[in-house]
Amino acid sequence: MPKIFIDNTSYEVKAGKNVLEACLTLGFDLPYFCWHPAMGSVGACRQCAVKVYKDENDTSGKIIMSCMEGVRDGMHLSIDDKAAKAFREQVIEWLMTNHPHDCPVCDEGGSCHLQDMTVMTGHDYRRYDYKKRTYVNQYLGPFIHHEMNRCIQCYRCVRFYKDYAGGKDLNVFAAHNHVYFGREKDGTLESPFSGNLAEVCPTGVFTDKTLRQHYTRKWDLTSAPSVCQHCSVGCNTIAGERYGGLRNIVNRYNAEVNGYFLCDRGRFGYEFVNSENRITKPQVMHQAVDENALMHHLETVLTNHSLIGIGSPRASMESNFALLDLVGKENFFCGVYNEEMMLERRITDILDSGKIPVASLKQIEDADAVVILGEDIWNTAPMMALAVRQSVMKTGGREATEKTPMPEWHELAVKELQQNTKGFMVNVTVTETSLDEIASLNINAAPDDIARLGFAIANHIHPSLELKNFEEAVLAKAKTIADELLKCSNPVIITGTSCYNDPVLRAAFDIAAALKAAGKAPAIAFVVPECNSMGLAMMRGHAFDTAVRRVNREPNVTAVILEQDLYRNLPAGIVDEFLSKCRNIIVLDSLNNATTEKAHVLIPASTFAEGDGTLISYEGRAQRYYQVYVPDNKYIRESWKWLSRMKMIISGKANGHDPHHDSVISSLETALRQFAGISAAAPSSGFSIHGEQIPREPHRYSGRTAMLANRNVSEPKPVADGDSPLSFTMEGYQGTPPSSAIPFFWKPGWNSPQAVNKYQQEIGGDLIGGNPGVRLFVKSSGNMPEFFKDYPEHFRERQNKWLLLPQSHVFGSDELSVYSAGIAGRSPEPYMGLSPVDAKMLDVTEGSQVTIKSEKEEYSFPVKIVESLRNGIVLVSKGLPGTQGMSWGNWVELAK
Amino acid sequence: MFSHFRTMWLVFLHLFRKKVTIQYPEEKVQLHPRYKGRIVLTKDPDGGERCVGCYLCSAACPVDCIALQATQDENGRRYPEFFRINFSRCIFCGFCEDACPTYAIQLIPDFEMGEYKRQDLVFEKEDLLINSQGKYPGYNFYKVAGMDAGVKQKGHGANEELPVDVHSLLP
Ligand code: SF4
Ligand code: SF4
Ligand code: SF4
Ligand code: SF4
Ligand code: FES
Repeated sequence: MPKIFIDNTSYEVKAGKNVLEACLTLGFDLPYFCWHPAMGSVGACRQCAVKVYKDENDTSGKIIMSCMEGVRDGMHLSIDDKAAKAFREQVIEWLMTNHPHDCPVCDEGGSCHLQDMTVMTGHDYRRYDYKKRTYVNQYLGPFIHHEMNRCIQCYRCVRFYKDYAGGKDLNVFAAHNHVYFGREKDGTLESPFSGNLAEVCPTGVFTDKTLRQHYTRKWDLTSAPSVCQHCSVGCNTIAGERYGGLRNIVNRYNAEVNGYFLCDRGRFGYEFVNSENRITKPQVMHQAVDENALMHHLETVLTNHSLIGIGSPRASMESNFALLDLVGKENFFCGVYNEEMMLERRITDILDSGKIPVASLKQIEDADAVVILGEDIWNTAPMMALAVRQSVMKTGGREATEKTPMPEWHELAVKELQQNTKGFMVNVTVTETSLDEIASLNINAAPDDIARLGFAIANHIHPSLELKNFEEAVLAKAKTIADELLKCSNPVIITGTSCYNDPVLRAAFDIAAALKAAGKAPAIAFVVPECNSMGLAMMRGHAFDTAVRRVNREPNVTAVILEQDLYRNLPAGIVDEFLSKCRNIIVLDSLNNATTEKAHVLIPASTFAEGDGTLISYEGRAQRYYQVYVPDNKYIRESWKWLSRMKMIISGKANGHDPHHDSVISSLETALRQFAGISAAAPSSGFSIHGEQIPREPHRYSGRTAMLANRNVSEPKPVADGDSPLSFTMEGYQGTPPSSAIPFFWKPGWNSPQAVNKYQQEIGGDLIGGNPGVRLFVKSSGNMPEFFKDYPEHFRERQNKWLLLPQSHVFGSDELSVYSAGIAGRSPEPYMGLSPVDAKMLDVTEGSQVTIKSEKEEYSFPVKIVESLRNGIVLVSKGLPGTQGMSWGNWVELAK
Repeated sequence: MFSHFRTMWLVFLHLFRKKVTIQYPEEKVQLHPRYKGRIVLTKDPDGGERCVGCYLCSAACPVDCIALQATQDENGRRYPEFFRINFSRCIFCGFCEDACPTYAIQLIPDFEMGEYKRQDLVFEKEDLLINSQGKYPGYNFYKVAGMDAGVKQKGHGANEELPVDVHSLLP
């Protein structure tokens, strides 16, 4: 460890870092703009100046940019030096010559890095008496607001948007002191990662347009640590509330999961919480009732009937378990069809065996090769796609800097050396995807053929199968891929359920297993459809088909359906049949949908914002989300609270009290051993620091004595939270809370999100106290994995039949996020993709309507001709209006 | 003993001094314009609402008795959707006025705010907004801010250059 001297005090720092990172890690407040921990240094802003000295006898020293200088053993530097300080103050003064007088109307204000740095350097008085430069703004779509006058030319936006996230439609224009950051012309920012601009830009040029609709300053938000509900990646978020409405979602740093970023579906998809479509009152037979009447009615329908429960892939573990606890294990079903269930079971079996470790996003970023088998992760797990991009770029960078050593943080120099060198990534998918452009090899094939290629790769790495009837071309491709993989040390294999094909999953496992056998350290990632699909699969309930058979057999069934629209994931005919056979239908959900319409008893459930819960991400990481605020509407409660009430009704032990979160989690741990350890995902509700709780509100929270004064001038007593160590007030422990319970990032002098520096063990590294979440799958066991040997037959087109596969869309395919107007506006019209040959055979052209006939349903969509699609497959947009309940992975007929 | 008499004597002398007590409410008090009494929201010289809903007053208020919600019109001009002051909590410290970057919120020389019911001391925007510039005439925030909120176009402020032509590379 190099030892450096800062203002004559010696410190041990980590080798290979730059001076700025080292100083920030040591806790110094050194201002900066252009350097970003995830993007490195470019030395553009000149803000991070310090003085370095030749040795301890040098007294004059020279000013350097700390972000551009690596730490050296015995280095002497000064942050407090007068000249360095004056330099930093002057840089801000220059930046401010053109800065508009905007703070009061700027959405960045109060969480503005420029404000923070200005205060930090001490600049406070404008001496420059000339006119300010101005710019015209652009319309950038529904998510991002543009106010170019506020720019300080740090280049972070384009570095993130283009270099880090691969976006194409944001750039820098003009020259000298006129540089302009925007699009070529007005229009929606296309990248699904555009929302990060609001956090990456240190000023108010790019701000969250959805927050603007109900603008609240950071200091006025009641916030809680949360987990994104819109895919299986489980990014950590912070959700903020004011006046009973959810106001925004921002990133919550987790070094192993989402790091500094979120995708736009997660950031802007929160508005379903404020939706008009929320269920607000309990209903019995479509009549709103009060709690007494509800309980009374529940007593009749719950007793004297046999109970079954339908668990949900988008409800928390607590709610699913409370349902299982209510109905009993043998009566617990999942709202998932048998085929999908088998896939998820395969995944949990593989992960449970512990033979191959699961790859976190961080591990994907650090992987030196990536193989994607059959999953369009750009659309089904966007942040995973961003991680894959980093793997490709970083590996390329490492290769380039092998010959000419260059520290990783030296962004521009590394890019210059790297040119187009990229890491190895193979993207084997059904059709073209947005990741194609960075892949070393793109292969589009039918699911069975994807699997065959996978098995062939595995066989090349570690001959274990006898490959029969494999085409030469496939074997040759497999060999190239296998040879490349054998050059790597920690490759990651990514696959998922989107192909509705079990062999694909097995092939992915076999590649990983073969790599392990070859002495590599592979990891694997299985993308599943929903935010808690993994948790539900781990509960090992029966598939929905069994439930249908059950109600067909048994006449007197009360079904309790948890937080899901069965009509979305299952064919309408089957759901109709199921619901018509149930004597009583109890539905708990937060939003009205086709299933809630059929409910005899409808119970309003809380969303993630009004309740506590734990979700299990694709990596088996259990992560806790906390209630953000107490809704005015007392009927809105977590499903697990309602379900526990129901249990009390049955057992006759109703005492009018809701159970506490701790007790639900500990019963889950005892009842289902596979969830042992889940309680460690968050501190228990009794947790306190020096007897104090963790406040959800910053100490500057305003309006306490006026917010509710219109209703009653006497302030109500703050509500106590029996379920978590967080309080609904601004009073409490002001220091750093445990990493899984950080409601907002703030430290004195650091109001912007970049306060996260102070919560990390080292800059860009793990949070103090470790990263949030516990991984429930055991660590890799030493045993050599056994291979799956049953590769499928070559995909064959069928006469007049097509294999129906989903095309996911970042915007639109997720059930809840489309309630945000911006996301709905960006979701495409549903279409049906056909190969050119198939289209010709059916005699249809782009745009003509074609009808899909499955067992019971018929759907009609306009055709889109997809060049990269194999013949014999029909692709349909997933989850969009009109495409619900399709039998993915089945063979369907098409008719003009 | 002596000090007792001295005190009585001094009190007695006060009988001949000028009286400071006035017969309020028959007689009205003369207050300076800087007196910190009832709070108002003022308008700019062009008759627009001055408050831009920046939340600085509410953050500055030591008793947290200001609550508001910012919103904006079709030109992007910010204004408070509601603005509430709970005068039963206000200590008339004037911090809100000091914090306000637009001269919108001002404390005026009026203290006659007695009410029988505490609830009546909760003032909404309708009760606070006056049709005057108050103590600070002539200031219109949007004329000096960089934003175009329908008051002046980009680059047309007194302190601004015309917008940059992005297509030009000339110096
Ligand atoms: S970017 Fe920051 S400093 Fe500039 S106007 Fe906005 S809040 Fe103020
Ligand atoms: S727009 Fe923001 S991020 Fe981009 S250069 Fe300007 S200040 Fe930096
Ligand atoms: S005068 Fe003081 S107490 Fe009253 S509203 Fe203003 S800041 Fe708050
Ligand atoms: S400080 Fe002034 S402009 Fe800002 S919200 Fe208060 S009254 Fe309005
Ligand atoms: S942070 Fe070092 S020059 Fe910008």
